[in-house]
Amino acid sequence: MLHETIIREKAQAIRASIVTMLAAAGSGHSAGPLGMADVFATLYFGEVLRHKAEEPEWEDRDKLVLSCGHICPVLYATLAEAGYFPKEELLTLRKLDSRLQGHPHNLALPGIETSSGPLSQGISQAIGMALANRLDERRSHVYAILSDGEHNEGQIWEGVMFAGNAGLSNLTVIIDRNNIQIDGPTEQIMPLEPLADKYRAFNWHVREVDGHNVRAIWDACMEARAITDGPTVIIAHTIPGKGVDFMEYDYRWHGKPPTAEQAAVALTQIMSEEV
Amino acid sequence: MEHKGFTDIRTVEKGRAREGFGLGVLDAARANKNVMALCADLTESIMLAKLREELPKQFVEVGVAEQNMMGIAAGLALSGKIPFVASYAVFNPGRNWDQLRVSVCYSNANVKVVGAHAGISVGPDGATHQALEDIAITRVLPNLLVIAPTDIHETRAAVAALVAHNGPCYIRFGRDVVPTLTKPDMPFEIGKAYALRHGSHCTVVANGPLVAEALLAAEELAGEGIELEVIASPSIKPLDSHTILASAKKTGCVVVAEEAQIIGGLGSAVAELIGEAAPMPVIRVGIHDSFGESGTPDELMDRYGLRSRHIIAAARKALSLNR
Repeated sequence: MLHETIIREKAQAIRASIVTMLAAAGSGHSAGPLGMADVFATLYFGEVLRHKAEEPEWEDRDKLVLSCGHICPVLYATLAEAGYFPKEELLTLRKLDSRLQGHPHNLALPGIETSSGPLSQGISQAIGMALANRLDERRSHVYAILSDGEHNEGQIWEGVMFAGNAGLSNLTVIIDRNNIQIDGPTEQIMPLEPLADKYRAFNWHVREVDGHNVRAIWDACMEARAITDGPTVIIAHTIPGKGVDFMEYDYRWHGKPPTAEQAAVALTQIMSEEV
Repeated sequence: MEHKGFTDIRTVEKGRAREGFGLGVLDAARANKNVMALCADLTESIMLAKLREELPKQFVEVGVAEQNMMGIAAGLALSGKIPFVASYAVFNPGRNWDQLRVSVCYSNANVKVVGAHAGISVGPDGATHQALEDIAITRVLPNLLVIAPTDIHETRAAVAALVAHNGPCYIRFGRDVVPTLTKPDMPFEIGKAYALRHGSHCTVVANGPLVAEALLAAEELAGEGIELEVIASPSIKPLDSHTILASAKKTGCVVVAEEAQIIGGLGSAVAELIGEAAPMPVIRVGIHDSFGESGTPDELMDRYGLRSRHIIAAARKALSLNR
């Protein structure tokens, strides 16, 4: 049973947290986290991810690996919303002694499966976790969140080739297809299209969804779990900076935080959106 | 001298450290189904064919993709497996150092990295395939142990010790045969160096194939009344500072010999230790900041200064500086 309104409310709260924590941190990435709030809300609050906030190391949990570590504000905000740690702690992002490191660290914070930051390392680790689940005959599923820009890295394609060959049906990759990277639009910097065809050529199942349509994201995740003969990639078409009009679609917001004034405007916009 | 499994260094039998690795990892995989081996298209030469055949579920062929291999191993380790990732040392950790640093060491994932065909003695393949920098680039990584065993038996025993250790490790060994200096079934102690010959004039700390060269040097100098104390130090990190410092304080000067760049290797580790704790001459024998070239292993060990005569020259220099 999918409660779309609840998920959209959670996504709104996650967006608000992202803006607040980034403004407090004074550095960090804005566009990617805001764009992925609907996907994260669906995964954690739509009962896609089987997890227990009160027992982060639960053996049979599904695992989420954030390969593009720089969008960690969305993961931190989601985990806090889910009860892994107090929401007040979000304001310590990137500060000395904080458990919320600038890029995620598994030993620092509950609910973080691994460390990431240097792009493309997540897919291989997700593959290792999926292999271990298969060997141990655990039903757990592994979700790897990849950015589109990180598909420039060779290691991504090493992993895509391996997972397709190994038939890892307990692995789902979700790509944040927001079409921007640091230096500009992805199709100008290093074109990825036809991205879906590339995955298909490596024997992956491919679904393309509107990354802000909760129902579509949920359906694709459920379908991926039902497929038993290979890995699935969900290409989630997202709007970078989603919910804040002066950030949307603008690659210059990839790697900077809002000022206090900009954050106030952004929060008003986010909270006034109808869910 | 309990490690000594031979009487005459000149006639001692020889063996391949990589065979010791193959046997050790097979022992471990048979005993524990969580022990796994990952290989990047080099299964035969790294002696993993038997494991692949006997325990196929515990073997993963990743193809020629060392970065992906290191990452998969991290994911397996974070799920409770004990993966050995094996390739030639020039690629592993040469090509996948970033994955080793972040996916493995930063997460403290229980991955065992195996650098085979290390050193200049890999021979005719030439400089591209001669891993001389692997020690330097692994020593600097937090959480990572660095081990370079002496011979076939010690490599086999070291593998068992690495399985028992919960945390990331790097172990390296060469391709060629080396004198078998240790006894089979001696347990390997991480962080332990040991004397193979006692002497009072100069301490020689060595690992890998250079241990045998150090013993040859000691025999030759003994004829002149110069007594070298030969210490095998397979554990580069952690270094056995107690054993090495005690010997150095007794003799007053030190030579360090290894089949690796002198910059950043065992020699650097010992020089750092001595410089901070008991300053005295430390002369390093190893590759002096150059690439290798094609040749037979013997020719290359001669040309690049990795023989007993080079250790003798270094000992004379250390002794003269100490006077």
